Amino acid sequence: MTSRSLPRPVVQQSASEATAGGAAAGHHAHQPRGLLRWVLTTNHKEIGTLYLLFALLMFFIGGTMALVVRAELFQPGMTFILPEFFNQMTTMHGLIMVFGAIMPAFVGLANWMVPVQIGAPDMALPRLNNFSFWLLPVSFTILLSTLFMEGGGPNFGWTFYAPLSTTYAPPSTSFFILAMHLAGISSILGAINIIATILNLRTPNMRLMDMPLFVWTWLITAFLLIAVMPVLAGVITMMLLDINFGTSFFDAAGGGDPVLFQHLFWFFGHPEVYIMILPAFGIVSAIVPTFARKRLFGYASMVYATASIAILSFVVWAHHMFTVGLPLTAQLFFMYSTMLIAVPTGVKVFNWIATLFRGSISFELPMLFSLAFIVQFTIGGLSGVMLAIAPADFQYHDTYFVVAHFHYVLVPGAVFAILAAAYYWLPKWSGVYPNVKLGLTHFWLSVIGVNLTFFPMHFSGLAGMPRRIPDYALQFADFNLLSSIGGFLFGISQLLFVAVVILCIRGKGEKAPAQAWEGAEGLEWTLPSPAPLHTFDTPPEFVPERDSPSRH
Amino acid sequence: MSSSSYYVPATSKWPIIAVLVMGMLAVGAGLMMTQGSGLILLVGGLVGVAWVMYGWFRDVTLESMGGLYDAQMDRSFRQGMAWFIFSEVMFFAAFFGALFYIRVFTLPWLDGEGAKGITALLWPDFVASWPLMNTPDPAVGGPDAIINPWTLPLINTLLLVTSSITLTFSHHALKAQQRLRARNWLILTLVLGGIFLVIQGIEYVHAWTELGLTLQAGIYGATFFLLTGFHGLHVTIGAVILLVLLIRLIKGHFTPEQHFAFEAGAWYWHFVDVVWIGLFLFVYVF
Ligand code: HEM
Ligand SMILES: [Cu+2]
Repeated sequence: MTSRSLPRPVVQQSASEATAGGAAAGHHAHQPRGLLRWVLTTNHKEIGTLYLLFALLMFFIGGTMALVVRAELFQPGMTFILPEFFNQMTTMHGLIMVFGAIMPAFVGLANWMVPVQIGAPDMALPRLNNFSFWLLPVSFTILLSTLFMEGGGPNFGWTFYAPLSTTYAPPSTSFFILAMHLAGISSILGAINIIATILNLRTPNMRLMDMPLFVWTWLITAFLLIAVMPVLAGVITMMLLDINFGTSFFDAAGGGDPVLFQHLFWFFGHPEVYIMILPAFGIVSAIVPTFARKRLFGYASMVYATASIAILSFVVWAHHMFTVGLPLTAQLFFMYSTMLIAVPTGVKVFNWIATLFRGSISFELPMLFSLAFIVQFTIGGLSGVMLAIAPADFQYHDTYFVVAHFHYVLVPGAVFAILAAAYYWLPKWSGVYPNVKLGLTHFWLSVIGVNLTFFPMHFSGLAGMPRRIPDYALQFADFNLLSSIGGFLFGISQLLFVAVVILCIRGKGEKAPAQAWEGAEGLEWTLPSPAPLHTFDTPPEFVPERDSPSRH
Repeated sequence: MSSSSYYVPATSKWPIIAVLVMGMLAVGAGLMMTQGSGLILLVGGLVGVAWVMYGWFRDVTLESMGGLYDAQMDRSFRQGMAWFIFSEVMFFAAFFGALFYIRVFTLPWLDGEGAKGITALLWPDFVASWPLMNTPDPAVGGPDAIINPWTLPLINTLLLVTSSITLTFSHHALKAQQRLRARNWLILTLVLGGIFLVIQGIEYVHAWTELGLTLQAGIYGATFFLLTGFHGLHVTIGAVILLVLLIRLIKGHFTPEQHFAFEAGAWYWHFVDVVWIGLFLFVYVF
């Protein structure tokens, strides 16, 4: 770090005083110790840590399943596992990564950072927060236990289309549904908490349009969660009734419709994919200005773009269903509305690039991950626009091209943003900088691994390789070989990240000052590193970034 | 905002107990549905949930009356409740959406209409209608008859709408510091809600045993019971909330200025009422 010190927002009260004030308030005084402390905690930082560690664990469990899949697909032929088990692995991998890894990781980041970025003492509803977190381990224990039940676990893909997931599903499906209910309750309550925190606990002179973008994107994400998680709850409830109580919601014989399932699922599912990317946009919008040492270009347009993406995301869902036989007008409508979403998404990418333009850029670890995010996410966005073309999607649909698309937005996209956030805020969380050597190795191996895994999938998909199959025709062998090598490279290199995290937790590394990154802006950098358990017991002074003397 | 220092609630054992009983409930329900065993877990989970609700809300009530909460906490509760109700609205929206989709698209298509008319090849004799008395595959079988909306459902509509009004009267009385009147209006509200539930029960028995209108009676039976069933569940929850509010009102927990619990319960009740109007129109009448 260079020593040039930048003027920073003034804090009313020094952070050490803030902690002292907290302890004096009494309710922090007698904390339970040991395991019980984590079980009972209502502190947003501890709960944030729990969410993040849980997500990391799930990332490795889900990742192991992906590697089982990649091992089977290493070469053509049924080489390694039975097709039934293969289906369970692809399904569980998807479910765990979406609901167990990416979503909880973002919620964990929100728990940690939203209160400190808005100068709040904690989340608005701290006990509800504890409840929301601990539902997750219960939910995922139930979900994982289905693998050991008679007939095996879910094997119908993470999108669990009926009637595969009803009429033809293994008996464990009821447990799967109940586990999803628990995870859904957790998400809804977590989102309510985040909205209430942001709308209600901002430090007095922080207006909405002064909020850091991470807070903005989470506000909008939380709205999406509250709007669509109940729809997921509704549709799985209908499944449960079809399976156990003889209803015919998704059975045409009784006047129901399997396509209805898809409509309901994707009405949830498309906003869900934005739930997994909007907070990533917020993270990148925090990191890029820091290391470009410039104000974020087009703050207001970023906010409006995020809001438009969220609103549009409610009217594009059937682009996942072009081939089910939608009426032509519906295909046209969903094709154009989907393409429209690329506009605000493009606004964001251009704003990040404009922020970089003529900035004094340095390439610290968080910046590397963020820059990689921008490039790689854009690749995924572009393949998304290709998929949005209805007639073309007739060819692409259910091929590896779709797999390539959504993995580009989710792994080198969302996961890279989460890693960027971890590298960016680890000094604040742990008090020491992440190890640069390990981090750099992690970064480069990840970039190489992820692209080696997913780029060839574009080609195997365009050549017609269907997704969700354990065996394939010979002409796809080379691409699959590359994907498998890349997959193992990426998977194993994530262990380096664990090493980085462990080093940080144990305090091994260069000590970080309060302002851990020279160009960083925001209330979190006024707190000491590591941030004390209780911060901002009184509302801090706040200078919006645009008025901050450090930016021009 | 004047607050010089924030209020942060102390830790509590209720959230983790809530997690445990919810897990128990889920495992119990799953076992019941797959193996037919696990009743103890299911019942234990249900009792546990009731116990947690009692204990958790009791603690919050005590803290609130102990004057621990500030205006900010009050706003957090308000927003929490408002967004929770929004999530409930979306839950019902999914069911209404399913109903409309079936009626507007699926059944005409199964009958051979429009772009997806090819599905008519499945059951060439099928004739679309709503209420759907004859399912595409006769093996599933539709209901023999449906509920006449202008009998019990109409009475229920009047009951529930009236109960929303009486609840508002109660609220106004509370704000005017007339606790006795508030109590009486609230009791009336509860009675109306109770009668609604009883009538709904009578209607269900009638439908199930005499009209052949069951969960299994094709898509009509399925949507009918899905929508009315979840609504009835919400009325029951709402009634329990009102009962608790009544007890607290009698105990003098609410002041004309500070009675958020009352308002939250009222919001919930009005929400349940609005859902019913949607049900009455689109499940029973049209
Ligand atoms: C420019 C923006 C985007 C466009 C135009 C777009 C378009 C599409 C389309 C048309 C499909 C359906 C392909 C098919 O099944 O045939 C699709 C699938 C998918 N997209 Fe995107 N997408 C975009 C961005 C994103 C983002 C940001 C995410 C998540 C972070 C995402 C996640 C997914 C997922 C998970 C699927 C596949 C789901 C499945 O079938 O398993 N997309 N996308
Ligand atoms: Cu989509």
